[in-house]
Amino acid sequence: MRRKWLMILLVIVLSFSTALMGCSSTEKAKSGDEGKTTEEVKVIKIGVIYPLTGGMASAGQDQKVGVEMAAKIVNGSYDLDIPLAKTEGLPNFGGAKVELVFADTQGDPKIGLGEAERLIEEEGVVALIGSYASSNTAATSQAAERLGVPFFNAESTQHGLTERGFQWFFRSIPHDFGFTQNLFRFYDELEEKKGIKVQKIGSAYENTQFGQGSNEAQKHFVKESNREMVVDIAYTANSTDVTSEVIKIKEAKPDVLMMASYVNDAILFQQTLKQQNYMPAAIIGMEAGHVDKDYVGVLGKDATHILTSATWSSKLIESKPIVAKVNEMYKQEYGKALAGYVPHAITGGLVLMDAINRAGSTDPEAIKQALLETDYPGDSLIMPWQGVKFDPETHQNIYGSNLLLQIDEEGEYEVVWPFDVATKELVWPAPSWGER
Amino acid sequence: MDIILQIIVSGLLIGFVYSLIAIGLTLIYGVMDIVNFAHGAFLMLGMFTAYWLNQLFNFDPLLSLPISIIAIYLLGWLSYKFVVNKVLNAPPVAQIFVTFGLMVFLENLALFLWSPDFRIIKDTFVSGDFNIGEIMFNIPKLIAALGSVLITGAIFWFMSKTRTGRALKATAINRDAAKLMGINTDKMFALAWGIGGGAVGAAGALLTNFYYIFPTVGATFNLLAFVTVALGGFGSIQGALVAGLLIGIIENLAGVFIGPAFKYAVVFAIFILVIVIRPNGLMGGK
Repeated sequence: MRRKWLMILLVIVLSFSTALMGCSSTEKAKSGDEGKTTEEVKVIKIGVIYPLTGGMASAGQDQKVGVEMAAKIVNGSYDLDIPLAKTEGLPNFGGAKVELVFADTQGDPKIGLGEAERLIEEEGVVALIGSYASSNTAATSQAAERLGVPFFNAESTQHGLTERGFQWFFRSIPHDFGFTQNLFRFYDELEEKKGIKVQKIGSAYENTQFGQGSNEAQKHFVKESNREMVVDIAYTANSTDVTSEVIKIKEAKPDVLMMASYVNDAILFQQTLKQQNYMPAAIIGMEAGHVDKDYVGVLGKDATHILTSATWSSKLIESKPIVAKVNEMYKQEYGKALAGYVPHAITGGLVLMDAINRAGSTDPEAIKQALLETDYPGDSLIMPWQGVKFDPETHQNIYGSNLLLQIDEEGEYEVVWPFDVATKELVWPAPSWGER
Repeated sequence: MDIILQIIVSGLLIGFVYSLIAIGLTLIYGVMDIVNFAHGAFLMLGMFTAYWLNQLFNFDPLLSLPISIIAIYLLGWLSYKFVVNKVLNAPPVAQIFVTFGLMVFLENLALFLWSPDFRIIKDTFVSGDFNIGEIMFNIPKLIAALGSVLITGAIFWFMSKTRTGRALKATAINRDAAKLMGINTDKMFALAWGIGGGAVGAAGALLTNFYYIFPTVGATFNLLAFVTVALGGFGSIQGALVAGLLIGIIENLAGVFIGPAFKYAVVFAIFILVIVIRPNGLMGGK
């Protein structure tokens, strides 16, 4: 009886750690809606690998849709000021269509690694794009590096990813050191311009690469700016309960709580903070979970006044014509507005497809060379960036930048910093739960 | 001092919920030696039952509670009748995989039908909190704990005081002897799956008062439920109750005094220690 039980327990632990969902739900989809028109159209296959099931499925599915949208723009003909939009397919391949082959990491790096290898070796994709969570990206890009295929990343922020000396890894989003440095500049300006002093920093972060990377950056800049880290909390993203974490934060009373969270834990913390009737002067999320559509969707009013660092803002729909156009298309196709990391994925897909087209060959070396020569114009981007251009050494986009957003009473993300581009006045300190 | 009391209170409240989730699992295991891997998926469906009743008919989770119990009772019963029943005499590996398959099926069905989005039931009847001295009690969690106590009590009463319940217990102790005494063991197995499902359905509905709902929520609670069962003792309902509470308290104490990063490590260390000292768990008889 006991041996059987222990055997079963072993199976449970193994199965939960390797296969949260048990099956690898891969699916193939032909992008674009053309179907089989001409006899033999050559296709260019791109591997799209995200956590499509498991705890991060919500975010991963959004990313998948973003890349699909990019393929749609490239494969169809649209009047948009975006490279490859006007022509159908890839002109340098005689109008060949892009075909996306999807794979699921299930949020697990080990599974991601295997799936990435399968995409390259069995599906014969010419490049990979993925994989949302930094821990997943670290693994999937490893497969691409080993097998010599370009890997494009549009949304993982851990700085170390571009410091591994990889030859085949390219990243468009700014990394956490850049993010964090900006936030500390914001603290300085807060003191200079508004006389608000931020001295005691609290850090709560999920304990995989994304969170650890952010925490490392925070520690670095806390030290550099002679501030004080009063509480430093690593936690598991799929916790069932974070009461003890919140009690620790409550005891330490930080001026600012900096959080690197995915969406379920971001929600759980906010609910628990409310239960414990505690709200620091400010909570600043490191994008990720704090910009997920479900964050405000689930929390509603309880999310008000939360700040988050962000590389995209829905305010761009009003201020940048190209974003408005793509948003319109996206709404027609998927029935909702651009949000979260969808714009990042669209951008990543477009930049990658543009490079493949410029390479004019499916030879990985040629594609890598074309990626290195990328100089994507800022006007054609649906991001607030100056453009996309990769550092020749690290392959990090040198033009990425970020903003600070605050959730207002209507659940809208408003730009509050840099102060000169703010769409709404910063609320600081956030009112306590009783005053809401 | 207050902080320790607060931690213990918070730990107890969540611990009752862990217990209620684990009781269904331990019951099924105790009666027929089969581990229901789909238990977390049952929990998820219990949560979604409450969620959809709220969305479609504006039912409060407390009102949905009996409906959720009945729905997941039926699901458990059907799972036994149409799936588990077929592998009763199959090797243990087949038994493991059939419920595992059921879990994968149910979760993917939920992902397909309802998308992986996170949801929450807004404006529930129970909300907010109250204080006794410096100690804060979260009302939704308190209600969940109370519900857990009542349901556990009811199952316990049923098992020891009713004829059917005693037959169920007899089946758990010795399947063959029970059969010889004229107990219809097939019926008992189906009943165990039904009650197991009903208990976790109740836990699901109670959880929706303070936890968000998504198709893979089961995975989050599943591992803790398995540990609760093993810690409490195989098939022991009282054991599951005590173990759930212990895990809730240990998790919170360790989180505050050792560090949140280690809280699950401490829970598992104590679990291993107990298994080494008392291989049958805290209250395991067999």
